[in-house]
Amino acid sequence: MAARAPGDPDAIRAIPVRHWGRWVSGAVVLAVVGWVAWSAARSGFLDGRTIGHYLFSPLIRQGLWATVKLAVVAQVAGVVLGVVFAVMRLSKNVVASWLASAYIWFFRGTPVLVQLFFWYNGVPSVWKRIAIPVPLTHLYLYSGRTVDFMTPFMAAFLGLALNEGAYMAEIVRAGIISVDDGQVEAAQALGMTPTLTMRRIVLPQAMRVIVPPTGNEFISMLKTTSLASVVVYGELLRRASDIYSSNLKPVPLLVVVSIWYLVLTTVASGFQYMLERRYGKGVRRR
Amino acid sequence: MSTGTVNTTPMVRAERVYKRFGKVEALRGVDLTVQPGEVSVIIGPSGSGKSTFLRCINHLEQISAGRLWVDGELVGYRQEGDAIHELREREVARRRAAIGMVFQRFNLFPHMTALENVTEAPVRVKKLARPAADAAARRLLERVGLGDKLDCHPVELSGGQQQRVAIARALAMEPKLMLFDEPTSALDPELVGEVLAVMRDLAASGMTMVVVTHEMGFAREVGHHLVFMDDGAVVEEGEPRAVFAHPREPRTQAFLSKIL
Repeated sequence: MAARAPGDPDAIRAIPVRHWGRWVSGAVVLAVVGWVAWSAARSGFLDGRTIGHYLFSPLIRQGLWATVKLAVVAQVAGVVLGVVFAVMRLSKNVVASWLASAYIWFFRGTPVLVQLFFWYNGVPSVWKRIAIPVPLTHLYLYSGRTVDFMTPFMAAFLGLALNEGAYMAEIVRAGIISVDDGQVEAAQALGMTPTLTMRRIVLPQAMRVIVPPTGNEFISMLKTTSLASVVVYGELLRRASDIYSSNLKPVPLLVVVSIWYLVLTTVASGFQYMLERRYGKGVRRR
Repeated sequence: MSTGTVNTTPMVRAERVYKRFGKVEALRGVDLTVQPGEVSVIIGPSGSGKSTFLRCINHLEQISAGRLWVDGELVGYRQEGDAIHELREREVARRRAAIGMVFQRFNLFPHMTALENVTEAPVRVKKLARPAADAAARRLLERVGLGDKLDCHPVELSGGQQQRVAIARALAMEPKLMLFDEPTSALDPELVGEVLAVMRDLAASGMTMVVVTHEMGFAREVGHHLVFMDDGAVVEEGEPRAVFAHPREPRTQAFLSKIL
């Protein structure tokens, strides 16, 4: 900072306005929170020792791994389905476009919980056997009883991935149409085919619009996997409820589960931040 | 500059070209010939169809009637006897690869550096090896005066620099024809000169060019052929200095008196 020349005015040192209202409302909120915490602690249900005992127990660790595995594979499949259905929906092929709209309409319009029950209980009761034949031969790529195929993991994966695909399709579509038409024209004028233009020019730029909501979707997916407990998939919540149904201490175990979900979602937010920085490069600063 | 007008195939030949957008007729029977090595400059009021016509030449717009050839090949179609077949996307793309285009709004790929913008099509479309494409791109960017900006993203470049990268990007495909769609209209006035200088060099090197522009100085000094379009058709054409000095048609006179 430049030295003050003689004759320049003194810096203003004003007495700040006292915000009494903020102090009073802050004190009231703290008092209420403190009272709730104290009464919960006094009840004995928030049992620190039990929480500590189960936080890293083998069953909970298995559940944690199962949750992460399901969330990641379902999200990855959802992104792939989303790109495919978004491109189909924007396609000039009427059948493809119509099919994509119908898919999005159906899977966004029905609850995930119903879809999970449908895959786990509905499908095996309708189709007893599943077989994928190799055309023009008597060989089968896969053949077996549906109940053997439709494991809890498979049902949870199908339910979550297909549901996620419908949401991702809309996110990817928004990303694709956000890219300036001039970009497509420039690529076409260079002799690039529509497929190459989509892959090299449109999708990389659409990522800027696609990544932030996809991060939200993944954070949401981490928590939605808890629904898979209804199809006896041994994820975090299922493991915890198995434990508290025998030791009758639901509250500490639900706290354990909540702690792990918070850890997972916090890590996922970090990844999202890094991805956004990566795909934000070359963006017009406005 | 135009090398032998009798026996060579024209680079661009348009016969009664029409283009309709719904009920609007953007082009109403454009006739035009551009010889190899010639710089044709198209001028005219906005909405006269000059940009639409330029976009028809590389099939960014599909013509509604008439015939349009580039280097002896129908644009967007294949003729077998009396039947006209639409071309497949891949075939349209192959023909576009031989025609360079420079846009008013540059349309550089913002997620790529200047060098990557220039190498993208040679590597992906022409399947040129990366080292060869890089070397060619460096030479082109140096030729347009941007040898020190290879690793800059478009946001880091001024409008004039972006447009020069766009010209290098088009030249990297070694086109036989270059189309310029109002290349200096989106530029701040002090940046127009650097882009025109690059285009002037390109013209001097013998490139066949069709330029839609409002830069009358460029049209007069660099153009071999001046085309005045109005209301979707060619009203008057000829040697630029002659047309500027003695426009025959009243509409040309009116237009020139407004802008000169």
